[in-house]
Amino acid sequence: MTDTTDSKHTGFSLGSSPHIFSHTDMKETMRGTAIAFLPVIGASIYFFRLHAAVLITTCIITCIFTEALCQLARRRPVTVDDWSAVVTGCSLALILPPTLPLSAAIIGSVFAIVVGKQIFGGLGHNIFNPSLLARAFLMANYPRWLTTWVEPLKPDAVSSATPLALAKFQHEFAALKDLFFGNVSGSLGETSAFCVLLGGIYLFYKKYGDWRIPGSILSTVFVYSGILWVINPACPSPIFHLLAGGLMYGAVFQASDPVTSPVSAKGKIIFGIGIGLILVTIRIWGGLTEGVMYAILFMNALTPLIDRITIPRRFGARQSPT
Amino acid sequence: MIKQLYQDWIKGIWRNNPVFVQLLGMCPTLAVTTSLINGIAMGCATCFVLVASSLMVSVIRRLIPGEVRIAGFTIIIATFVTVAELFLAANFPLLSKTLGPYVPLIIVNCIILGRAEAFASKHSPIRALADSFGMGVGFTLSLVLLGSIRELFATGGIIGTRILPASFENWVVMIMPAGAFLTLGFLIGLFNMIESKLKSHKVTMSQGHMTQVKNS
Repeated sequence: MTDTTDSKHTGFSLGSSPHIFSHTDMKETMRGTAIAFLPVIGASIYFFRLHAAVLITTCIITCIFTEALCQLARRRPVTVDDWSAVVTGCSLALILPPTLPLSAAIIGSVFAIVVGKQIFGGLGHNIFNPSLLARAFLMANYPRWLTTWVEPLKPDAVSSATPLALAKFQHEFAALKDLFFGNVSGSLGETSAFCVLLGGIYLFYKKYGDWRIPGSILSTVFVYSGILWVINPACPSPIFHLLAGGLMYGAVFQASDPVTSPVSAKGKIIFGIGIGLILVTIRIWGGLTEGVMYAILFMNALTPLIDRITIPRRFGARQSPT
Repeated sequence: MIKQLYQDWIKGIWRNNPVFVQLLGMCPTLAVTTSLINGIAMGCATCFVLVASSLMVSVIRRLIPGEVRIAGFTIIIATFVTVAELFLAANFPLLSKTLGPYVPLIIVNCIILGRAEAFASKHSPIRALADSFGMGVGFTLSLVLLGSIRELFATGGIIGTRILPASFENWVVMIMPAGAFLTLGFLIGLFNMIESKLKSHKVTMSQGHMTQVKNS
């Protein structure tokens, strides 16, 4: 008796696994992520005007072109219509300072696609988050440009220090309301915690990302900086830590990148705790004022190891084979 | 005989290039190639030590007992490194200062000990000479390539001559270790790409040749 006759008799169709299919594909996930960026893009254009619009457009266009060129050169199908290059471009532009010269933005975008993504074999094969890798490269390459900040809502671009730098070196704390809505200096997308949260809620409601990663990062930062604050009240308060700098943006959009974060739920939580610990340590004791980028990149490098120690045990199996 | 010597020499430059294929001697390769001059100086010093010590090891290869050969090789290498170091310090004090500890560190460069162990201690002096000279030239060429690329991007020119347009903002990263790793990675990738292209070209050539032979 063959399968087809059997299924005719019983009314069941037979087939090999997998049996459950999701309608969410790569393209839809990436498009969803791009939509989640919209409130952040809106806030950045509101606060930094033309600078923001030009930078974001440049990065996205450069990323799309570079991706297409790389795929043509490697004689692979050109997949720029899957929105992943748009997401990389967006997420890079939003962590750049508003007055960055366009040449640096273009070099950064090319670096993100070529070194961050295509060299490893394209989407899904990269070890590090491409946009963070590109920012680390730009940071090493143009340290002066990457640490020049301007005040928001000032078209003539008055330079000013970021809230974290003020807190670290001059013990001045920006108002929490300004930090929450984004009326402070900083990278394009990181200033408004509120808009990042809006994007994040959409992202995690639609399940394009896993809430466990930002959840564990934010709670680790809250608890760790809270302990330090209780010991020494001169340290910034935990709320300030949560709202200032690129923490909210990095936790929602970059740490939760499914390619460069662990697979299992337990792994994701370990990953998030690691980022939180490194980040607060850099902010309090490090030479830099902000540590989100290096914290995430460092944990990206550890992701394969975390995946290895958190292999789920089969039901009934005594110990996972090591 | 001549062909054999040529083979021994040429393999160090391309097919067995110490830097791009064997990935040996990474410490000087990454650390001192911040400029073209540094690359040339380091390459020449290493080349001298490599040739001299390989020749010496090959000449006395039957006199060194197998059990202590590594210690013996190291003493021979250290002697020539001292010669090179003192020569540099006496004639090019500035260069010697820039290279710093990396000249004495040639002693532990694994290319040199590797050639002594793998080739010189098993072959005649003349073949050891050809082999070590090829490796030395290959190493120098790689360092020159790496040093000139890094210098070009880090300063916008090579040896004081501006090549890139004045609007080019120098890439600070190229002076730093990260720039060395990036450049080396790209060059190894490029090397492998050319090598695989050449290989597939050779295969199709020989296949074409085979069918011709069959047809005739």
